[in-house]
Amino acid sequence: MKKKIVSVITMGALILSVALSGAGCAKKKAENGSLTIFNYGEYMDPDVIRQFTEETGIEIKYEEALTPEEMYTKYKSGAISYDLLCTTDYMLQRLIQEDELQKIDIGNMEYIGNIGEKYWELAKAVDPENSYTVPYFWGTMGILYDTTKTNGPVDSWEVLFNGDYAGEIVMQNSMRDTYMLALKYLGYSLNSNDEGEMREAQELLIRQKPDVQAYLVDEARDEVVAGNAAMAVVYSGEAYLGNQYNENLAYVIPKEGSNVWLDGWVITKSCDNIEAAQQFLDFLCREDIAMKNFEYIYYSTPNEAVINALSEEDRQNEALVPSDHATDNCEVSMQLSPEANDLMNELWKEFKAD
Amino acid sequence: MRKVKSGNLFHGISGLKNLLSRCYIGLIVLFLYAPILVLIVLSFNRSRSRVTWGGFTLEWYGQLFSNRQIMDALVTTLVLAFLSALIATVIGVLAALGIHAMRQRNYQIMMIFTNIPILNADIVTGISLMLWFVHFMPLGFGSVLIAHITFNIPYVILSVMPKIRQMNVSLYEAARDLGANAVYGFFRVILPQLLSGIVSGFFMAFTMSMDDFVITYFTKGAGVSTLSTMIYGEIRKGIKPEMYALSTIIFVTMFLILLAVNYWPEKKPAVREEQRF
Repeated sequence: MKKKIVSVITMGALILSVALSGAGCAKKKAENGSLTIFNYGEYMDPDVIRQFTEETGIEIKYEEALTPEEMYTKYKSGAISYDLLCTTDYMLQRLIQEDELQKIDIGNMEYIGNIGEKYWELAKAVDPENSYTVPYFWGTMGILYDTTKTNGPVDSWEVLFNGDYAGEIVMQNSMRDTYMLALKYLGYSLNSNDEGEMREAQELLIRQKPDVQAYLVDEARDEVVAGNAAMAVVYSGEAYLGNQYNENLAYVIPKEGSNVWLDGWVITKSCDNIEAAQQFLDFLCREDIAMKNFEYIYYSTPNEAVINALSEEDRQNEALVPSDHATDNCEVSMQLSPEANDLMNELWKEFKAD
Repeated sequence: MRKVKSGNLFHGISGLKNLLSRCYIGLIVLFLYAPILVLIVLSFNRSRSRVTWGGFTLEWYGQLFSNRQIMDALVTTLVLAFLSALIATVIGVLAALGIHAMRQRNYQIMMIFTNIPILNADIVTGISLMLWFVHFMPLGFGSVLIAHITFNIPYVILSVMPKIRQMNVSLYEAARDLGANAVYGFFRVILPQLLSGIVSGFFMAFTMSMDDFVITYFTKGAGVSTLSTMIYGEIRKGIKPEMYALSTIIFVTMFLILLAVNYWPEKKPAVREEQRF
């Protein structure tokens, strides 16, 4: 009998503690509703979220992910109903195509004008009518090089292929990025679905392979910073950081063009507090807030109010604010056709195994 | 003469053997601890880069404690580990006693059930728990806590079970004969005998919960993050030096606890002598 009482008490304590912890989460509901936001890790200054809640009384539940695919899967699983997503170009395109998003009423947003015309144009690659996406950050891929180890100008992908820097080159260990630059160097589109063009790129890369020191991802930048390599193919954000550690480094977007990526905010179909969601997007465009995020992330911003407020030095930095025509030949990368995608996978496997 | 010679030879071989085994151990220790050492060194590096040394600094330790996100994640991790270990220990001890009292067949079946969650891949446990929770409750701290309790229980059962088998049942029966009621007997006779198993089960569960990433990742709701899920989110932009500092603190704490546990003056023998009578 007593044993039963003890077990009842224990069970009671258990249920109570679980219920309490559940209630602890539920209690946070603020008077003006709440927003569930899904973003990449380290991709927003935590102060911004705090400030938004202070100013508007809207509570924010913030969730982070590592890759667009992960976001897509988590969003689609429906386990958590997200209101706002920040994701990358091709995933934006996919979400738009799958009719997962709600249109944004730009006319109602006070600070949206801070986003430069150029970036709306850029976003048209994935969102042709600019009706779903608010640009957040963007960047390019290019060459980070050590000015003390290079002679002559570095302004073309050619430096990677002409053998001048044999053994001093670090390439990206990622399929699309590697084929992208080979295709661009050959004068093709980086979204090419053409088998002949892909095979040509493949040949070029195989010929280059003996000259390459290593195929890396995150460590690519560090190799140049540490002086182990003369140049590396990196994203502009990485290049900016590299420059902070070693001032002899410079970044260039090759004249043949490159990949330009764009991250943007969208409102999901499942969002039922559209007004709050729009308010948040508008808040992100406000100059002081966009500045905070810029200083936290240091990627290129589409916010012209922020660009104008930058120091002269930052504005000259090609990795932060690319000069006007540097991105003329750049393209946003799109999903390839399924056949082309399979072929590229096959080629990449061959290339890596070779 | 001959004896001396062969002795020398033998000495030479054993010396070589000794040297080799020392090298072997040295290598193992190097591979185990060099990465941790690198992390500790980096936590004092003024430069954010992993490859340049910018001078000694304690800056990251300072920033660590003023970073609300990290502190929130740390608190969540510790509260989660403590609560889940505590609850799992209570359930686990009761379960182990129950299972021990079963007949052979049921006993074996229950032990298999206990082992499944341990052998099962985390990702399977994580996803199935997520699918389950989605139907019954919103994902949040509560769902993670339940998930952690779930995978902690088997560890407690497994570390308590051997103690129960060693336990002297006659003691409990004697206590009952002498007038102790069941509850009193349980707390005064059974529990003390199981204590070391319970404590090690609790700490095992605590560590398992602190370590877990996969199951937490699938069962957590928006806005709840533990250290492991937070570090995962940071990978894209590079792990921040504050994390090196935090990892260093955790490592040193664990190291000190281990030292304390191993070198604490033993008091137990006297008690054991008593028990034998």
